[in-house]
Amino acid sequence: MSGTTDFWTLAVIVGLACVTVLTRCFFFILDRPWGLPDWAHRALHYAPAAALAGVIAPEIVMSQGHLITTLHDARLYATVVGAAYYYWRRGVLGTMLAGMAVYLPLHLWLGW
Amino acid sequence: MFLSAAIRRRPEFRAGIRDMSSAALGIGAWGLMTGVAMVKSNMSVLESVAMTLLVYAGSSQLAAIPLLFAGAPAWVILATGFCVNLRFVVFSLHLRPYLMHMPRWRRMTHGYLTADLSYALFTRRYASPPVGPDEQKAQEAYLTGNYFVTWCSWMGMSLLGIALANFIPQNWGLGFAGVLSLVAIVCSMATTPLRMLAALIASVTAVVAYALPLKLNIVVAIGAAVLLCFWLEKQLGLDPDAEDNK
Repeated sequence: MSGTTDFWTLAVIVGLACVTVLTRCFFFILDRPWGLPDWAHRALHYAPAAALAGVIAPEIVMSQGHLITTLHDARLYATVVGAAYYYWRRGVLGTMLAGMAVYLPLHLWLGW
Repeated sequence: MFLSAAIRRRPEFRAGIRDMSSAALGIGAWGLMTGVAMVKSNMSVLESVAMTLLVYAGSSQLAAIPLLFAGAPAWVILATGFCVNLRFVVFSLHLRPYLMHMPRWRRMTHGYLTADLSYALFTRRYASPPVGPDEQKAQEAYLTGNYFVTWCSWMGMSLLGIALANFIPQNWGLGFAGVLSLVAIVCSMATTPLRMLAALIASVTAVVAYALPLKLNIVVAIGAAVLLCFWLEKQLGLDPDAEDNK
């Protein structure tokens, strides 16, 4: 059931919205020109893939903060099939559908 | 912003909608589960709706929920949100030359509405910033079309998730659809061997460093991947400009 509303939580939510704006606009809030150091320029081309991979890897191979120790986990097969689909046909929707087509039966019927 | 008719009339706006629409279902499934997760973790409907409409960042919302529930201090929740969103700081550096010709409120509106997928599609279609007013308008229209789809499917499905929260069992694991759409985006970004290596190093580091507080494992993962790949690029004597254009 849903809880009660309190002002502290709403204030934190507004704060999080400000964090969204701050991070998404970080380098173009100010008009002042930014000199790009060489390393930052290089980082641009490795950081986005690294950041997303860092976000999703724990979602795929960990549960409750621990590395999974079993191969009976639907997420592993769904990820492999999804990535294989991506390299075969491209397209985000297809990747997701192919992955979920593997994930849901294994997860719901076999309990993996 | 998609409220401007001058933007909506351009063909690039429709191209942006078309290119993004294949991902709308994945975004929607993720939004649906985020909506369900908020209500299931004891947030009130008002709080959940406010978070959906204002924060508009799935991964930082999901990271904030357990912290809110545990009564963590506000600065810890905000710092976690910032760390989870650090990738957007990098994206904003990349987007800066594309947006700087606009007045501040306009570029901040675009920035706020540009999430992972819009950034990925936009920078893949336009490898370099616009030259001249016509290109500026065309790129702005494409970006707007992209995030118009993202915003609508995320908001619509998150609100639906909040409404249906008590009828959708969380153990169906529909939220994994969101992870799968991010898998596709990582694949689309890992276009060179070194970028694939960056994704691999970051994955391993994020798992090994998982115990760090504040989701700092993601920051450590980015740092390790960037530094190692930067170093390898020098060791291998690769031409940075040629690498940039791949």
